[in-house]
Amino acid sequence: MTAKSQPKAATVKVGDAIAPFTSAPITRTTLALYAGASGDHNPMHIDIDFAKAAGESDVFAHGMLNMAYLSRALLGYAPQSAIRSFGVRFQSIVRVGEHLTCTGKVIELFEVHGERRAKLDLTATTSSGTMALKGEAVVALG
Amino acid sequence: MPIDRKKFLGYELPAHSMTVDAWRLRFFAKAIGETDPVYSDLAAAKAAGHPNIPLPPTMIFCLEQGRPNAYKLMDDMGVDISRILHGEQHFEYHKPVYAGDTLTFVTKITDIYDKKGGALEFFVRSTRVTNQTGALVAENRGVVVIRNLG
Repeated sequence: MTAKSQPKAATVKVGDAIAPFTSAPITRTTLALYAGASGDHNPMHIDIDFAKAAGESDVFAHGMLNMAYLSRALLGYAPQSAIRSFGVRFQSIVRVGEHLTCTGKVIELFEVHGERRAKLDLTATTSSGTMALKGEAVVALG
Repeated sequence: MPIDRKKFLGYELPAHSMTVDAWRLRFFAKAIGETDPVYSDLAAAKAAGHPNIPLPPTMIFCLEQGRPNAYKLMDDMGVDISRILHGEQHFEYHKPVYAGDTLTFVTKITDIYDKKGGALEFFVRSTRVTNQTGALVAENRGVVVIRNLG
């Protein structure tokens, strides 16, 4: 469930961990639904024949699907209205059958235009132990 | 074949506009397994204080890519879509976006570079997103990686 209120500046500390979010295993249905909903119809994610012809062993997850899962961990920590920025580097491909575990921790506290903010370090790791995403977000504190 | 930097560095794609559809927000929520009804149900969104269903954080990228023929840029640049990977994606959020809003996307190619002697080529697309009142709602920055054949 997503956070209902902003984390409080008075209580947030550097090093605080956010509640992890674990996705369901990624299936071919997941990729088909995400292709439709996102509008990204690149056949590398939905057509095994195309993926094999391109030298891949199978289709793989859209990077932005993985980022959407990471956003679920972020939204568990702070409501969307408090998110000032969110970014990732895509580190590795996520395969069908894998799931992602998304974690994060507070790495910096600062103030911009009188608003107290926290910077979070975010990570999504596959069930086979590979780091799929390395990200950062800035959230406003209450 | 390397991207023609002279032609594409600073290249601005034709602006496109899109209305945020509630059905598509519901479809996206289903696709990512979102369980918070705020992202799919108008009554739940209103009960949580929103004027309509909010656009979730990463979906603004999908709408950015929602121009007619999203891969035309790749075709124009001579990039084979079976060779591309999404390298990075960053968002700065300025204002909330809800179902019913109309967003306009202006995207520019702001950097092109390569690594490993050209085996990996990168381009950066930077997008300003405004709403129907002209207010800046978000800035998106994405890095695309092209795995060139050696």
